[in-house]
Amino acid sequence: MEIRSGEFKKRAVFAIHDASLQQAMGKARDGFVGKRAQQAAALPEFETLREEAKNLKNHILENLDHYLERYEAAVTKAGGQVHWARDAQEARAIILDICKRVNAKTVTKGKSMVSEEIGLNEALIEHGMEVVETDLGEYIIQLANEPPSHIIAPAVHKTKNQVSDLFEAAHGGPRKTEVADLVNEARQVLREKYFRADVGITGGNFLIAETGSSMIVTNEGNGDLTQTLAKVHIVTSGIERVVPRLDDASLFLRLLARSATGQETETYTTVSTGPRRAGDLDGPEEYHVVLVDNGRSKMLAGRFREMLRCIRCGACMNHCPVYGSVGGHAYGWVYPGPMGSVLTPLIKGLDNAYDLPNACTLNGRCASVCPVKIPLPDLLRELRHMQHRQALSPLMQRRALKAWRFVATRPKLYHAGEWIAVRVLKLLGRKGSIRRLPFAQAWTDVRDLPTPEGQTFLQRWQAQRGK
Amino acid sequence: MMQTTTTSRDAIFGAIRSALERGPLPDARRAELDGRLPRHTRPAQDEDLCERFIHKFESRAGSVQRIASRADIPAAVEAYRASMQLPRRAAVGAALKDLVWPADWQVHHGRAGIEELLSITPSLAGIAETGSVMLGASADSPTTHNFVPDDHVVVLEAANIVAYFEDAWALLRRRAEGMPRATNIISGPSRTADVEQTIQLGAHGPRRVHVLIVGP
Repeated sequence: MEIRSGEFKKRAVFAIHDASLQQAMGKARDGFVGKRAQQAAALPEFETLREEAKNLKNHILENLDHYLERYEAAVTKAGGQVHWARDAQEARAIILDICKRVNAKTVTKGKSMVSEEIGLNEALIEHGMEVVETDLGEYIIQLANEPPSHIIAPAVHKTKNQVSDLFEAAHGGPRKTEVADLVNEARQVLREKYFRADVGITGGNFLIAETGSSMIVTNEGNGDLTQTLAKVHIVTSGIERVVPRLDDASLFLRLLARSATGQETETYTTVSTGPRRAGDLDGPEEYHVVLVDNGRSKMLAGRFREMLRCIRCGACMNHCPVYGSVGGHAYGWVYPGPMGSVLTPLIKGLDNAYDLPNACTLNGRCASVCPVKIPLPDLLRELRHMQHRQALSPLMQRRALKAWRFVATRPKLYHAGEWIAVRVLKLLGRKGSIRRLPFAQAWTDVRDLPTPEGQTFLQRWQAQRGK
Repeated sequence: MMQTTTTSRDAIFGAIRSALERGPLPDARRAELDGRLPRHTRPAQDEDLCERFIHKFESRAGSVQRIASRADIPAAVEAYRASMQLPRRAAVGAALKDLVWPADWQVHHGRAGIEELLSITPSLAGIAETGSVMLGASADSPTTHNFVPDDHVVVLEAANIVAYFEDAWALLRRRAEGMPRATNIISGPSRTADVEQTIQLGAHGPRRVHVLIVGP
């Protein structure tokens, strides 16, 4: 998928004025946040599990080569095949090769963010294959010809009305308006596709080194129908998703469902180990795993290793005030919200995603709910430092910061400046607020600035110090 | 292609080790990692396993019925079938072949077809922690039975209900045949909230899942 993160500001403004989007986002925000909070409160061990999950991920990353080798050997032993892809292009080539070899006409897909990351659908379609997304949310946005706007709820930006329109256009009428009827219509259409599919592609929430299994966690069962009914099952996953043992996966399972959808568990947890066996009546004849690096091994060195702990639950975006206002599409690539604002510049280049690390108020809610305790605000701040050091930030901004530093490191000058500023602002104020502020019109265009009242913070601080 | 993959494999391992600032791990360290046994915190439980399983499974829109013995399965399924007004046809896991099914039923033990409405399957275990049943793919229990029909009836031996996921994994490790090709852990009927966060059952998998707990 082509990156359009450079248009963040333009897209954000567009999103804020999109009434349907704002309606959809409002509903999602309340649902996700409330349900997660209930689940976290209902589990006294929740904080302990977060700490253990963080430590376990750190342990895995420190020994990543070992666990990947063990995993590969176990997959092979179970009759499957592991493929290694350094980047998106290699990953697409590997999957295309398999599809062409088995003469695939229809490819069904369970939800996989890695497949979005590597731009898989476009490549398969280009080679004449019918590609069908089977997760309901992914199916909706495939009909709309849009990328996902959330990593676990890809169509969260769509209202029911919009889904009705899309289904009517794609399936023919009569137009359905009830959620139950819409879901049922998709169920009937997709059923035929599962049974017709030559290749089924899914993601992998966890890769188990102990058994050579891939594990997926879903609510709909689409991933299972995809991988059970196709002749060939291909798993796409990032190299960081390996875990040593099944018992390690259960630690993450306890956190994932609660953090993602606010449930104790998702409906389906499926462990897949190799292809169909002698005597089996169903299941795929071939089982492949495509392990994608695509910038991950580079992240492993240094500060951003912590980002590789991510288990893709989406809690950070659910709790982000910026994401909640502008939705996922404004971010311009595959991963939105706080985790996306870290990943996108690291995978696609800092200069391709300048605005993303800056589209953050550093309020810290994302870090406080992250099940593996990724310090997202710190990482975003680090990206800002990098942008500044590489002179990617606007010249005016760098000059202004320089001037600020000059003043802020000279207390007398700072206090004098503050004294003047407070008086100027008081003069500009009308009825307790300032409607327009020169040099800050972007800010005052959409809201008023309160007029300073009483003493400044420093004056009060100094007055209290004696007490 | 194989060539590219081999080169890529080496390159990825090289990049990982260079990021970790070390070469391949020494054998002693690898043996240590292989011997590592996870001891993660498990959420406390204080209920009877069977009771917890039932209330958790029901909280996820599943239904549960207790029966005294295996011989009671066909009658229980017939009552369920009649209450759901389903036709007298079912895909039955071959593991349940020996049961005496009603004479007017059409029973088959093959994979589930696209029109399949009802399946009856065995299970490997119940997990009380989340109210989930664990099913393993085999000739006796095809995976399509678990996902294609509208109504899925699962037979669960009460003695096979365990407390935690970890106990279920241990059960899999003890099997002579090792890991099943597909291990399905199922917590109620299929669901989606992809249209305006409204929970709707029966997205792609079964619309209803009914568990028969056999034995005391």
